[in-house]
Amino acid sequence: MSSTVPPVRSTLKPAISLSNVTKAFSTGTVALQDVSLTIHEGEFLSLVGPSGCGKSTILSLIAGLSSPTQGDLTWQMPDARRNLAFVFQDSALLPWATVQENIRLPLKLAGISRSASEDRVAEAIELVGLQGFEKSFPRQLSGGMKMRVSIARAIVTQPKVLLMDEPFGALDEITRNKLNEDVMNLWHQKRWTIAFVTHNIYEAVYLSTRVAVMGVNPGRIVTELDIPEPYPRSETFRQSPIFGQYRYQLAEALALGMGATVPL
Amino acid sequence: MSRSRSSLIPKRSLIQRVFSADVLAPLGVGLAFLLAWDLFVQITGLPPYLLPRPGLVLQTLFENWNELFSSLMVTLQITVIAFLAAAVSGLGISVLFTVNKWIERSLFPYAVILQTTPLVAIAPLIVIWLKDNTLGALVLCAWIAAFFPVVANTTLGLNSVDRNLTNLFKLYNTNPWQRLIYLRLPSALPYFLGGLRISGGLSLIGAVVAEFVAGTGGAKSGIAYQILIASYNLQIPKMFAALLLVTGLGILIFVGLSALSDALLKDWHESAVKQES
Ligand SMILES: Nc1ncnc2c1ncn2[C@@H]1O[C@H](COP(=O)(O)OP(=O)(O)O)[C@@H](O)[C@H]1O
Ligand SMILES: [Mg+2]
Repeated sequence: MSSTVPPVRSTLKPAISLSNVTKAFSTGTVALQDVSLTIHEGEFLSLVGPSGCGKSTILSLIAGLSSPTQGDLTWQMPDARRNLAFVFQDSALLPWATVQENIRLPLKLAGISRSASEDRVAEAIELVGLQGFEKSFPRQLSGGMKMRVSIARAIVTQPKVLLMDEPFGALDEITRNKLNEDVMNLWHQKRWTIAFVTHNIYEAVYLSTRVAVMGVNPGRIVTELDIPEPYPRSETFRQSPIFGQYRYQLAEALALGMGATVPL
Repeated sequence: MSRSRSSLIPKRSLIQRVFSADVLAPLGVGLAFLLAWDLFVQITGLPPYLLPRPGLVLQTLFENWNELFSSLMVTLQITVIAFLAAAVSGLGISVLFTVNKWIERSLFPYAVILQTTPLVAIAPLIVIWLKDNTLGALVLCAWIAAFFPVVANTTLGLNSVDRNLTNLFKLYNTNPWQRLIYLRLPSALPYFLGGLRISGGLSLIGAVVAEFVAGTGGAKSGIAYQILIASYNLQIPKMFAALLLVTGLGILIFVGLSALSDALLKDWHESAVKQES
């Protein structure tokens, strides 16, 4: 894979835009207030923020699982809306189905026959490195492997946009690092547009072309930070001083979003 | 990982399972109880028409085996038909309930009423109404006793789908039918099977109660008829023998349904996963 520097944001085509979006629940919670955010084609955008700041709410708005109370959400990327996949934090697998059947689920529900989906399922299994576990059931797998199944189930639909809600939040650090690397490589290879929710700053800096930092009470976007470093990124990048600088900037913005006045 | 795991842990042999604590402990209690019973009768010198010794019960059982066993088969037939009807109708009713909230709202209270009304109180009516069809009357009574746990459990299961999975299916633009077949019914399976386990025993109880109410009429008479006749004639050991048979059948039904449940859920549900420490 050749090394590439992510293109400057202004040259990218917008894919999804939220403009002045407010989301309030009937309970009175204002999950998002006046949020404007554009996700560009081919971008790896991370949403970072304390819990309760509305990260999941943004993803469910984009996925169409709920709609904004005020403001607009527009899709500019042709066909992307129908080619959207979601990866949930707890992997959300069918416990009664094998790895293979779980991955085949979206195709089956779309009415694609078993024979027609066979190759795609096999390819997805290979991409996430689950060969040999096709017939296993979710409860026989570790947390990291369940997450791989979940990612494979997203990949198999050949999405253009991938929404990931704290996919690795419950995993140990070693497993998370490995999955980070794999997701980054897949993104780099497949040219997906990714919106990735995390509360882990390391993960956000390592993976993203851009990070949006959110604040809580009310949920809002505090700042956005470009990370124009070449891909694929390696362990060297994680150890470099520039990595530390990005981390510091994000930590500062996060503290700001939580109402703290003294930077960390 | 999973593959090596299952092959690394030796499967317990049948002999090991038969002699496990789960089997030996209740067996020990049972034997101690029988011994105490036997001693009690010997010491107090109670006559067999009040309390027969366990040995005598067993002897009576063997002497009357053909008669008692064929009666048991009649009861079993009623039980099985009622149980199957309860399983099928219970599942159907709960699916209807979840398809349309209005159906649940308007019918659920009546299901509860049917369940809470004592069966002995309505069985005579049913027997009178269906006096030309005794088998039908008995089955209907047993069904009334058995269907509610299936409805209540399955309805709960159909409504207990994981929220993320529900969102996932929405995201896939599924229709209600697909959600029912691929998400809600499988999610409800453990609940349905739990309902069946309760229903099995209730079918038997319902059948026996109905037979008692129906009394001595009819050519084909079930085990309750035997108990009734034996009690009229003060054949207490025979009563005990019949009771032993009913109890045995009840245990068999429970064990059978538990095995069915474990077999269907073994790959994925916690209830069927053996704890390893
Ligand atoms: N369906 C809902 N009904 C009521 N309040 C909700 C609902 N979903 C989320 N919220 C609230 O909205 C806020 C933001 O939630 P969420 O987007 O899940 O935050 P995050 O993912 O950043 O932790 C929280 O205060 C949460 O309690
Ligand atoms: Mg969240």
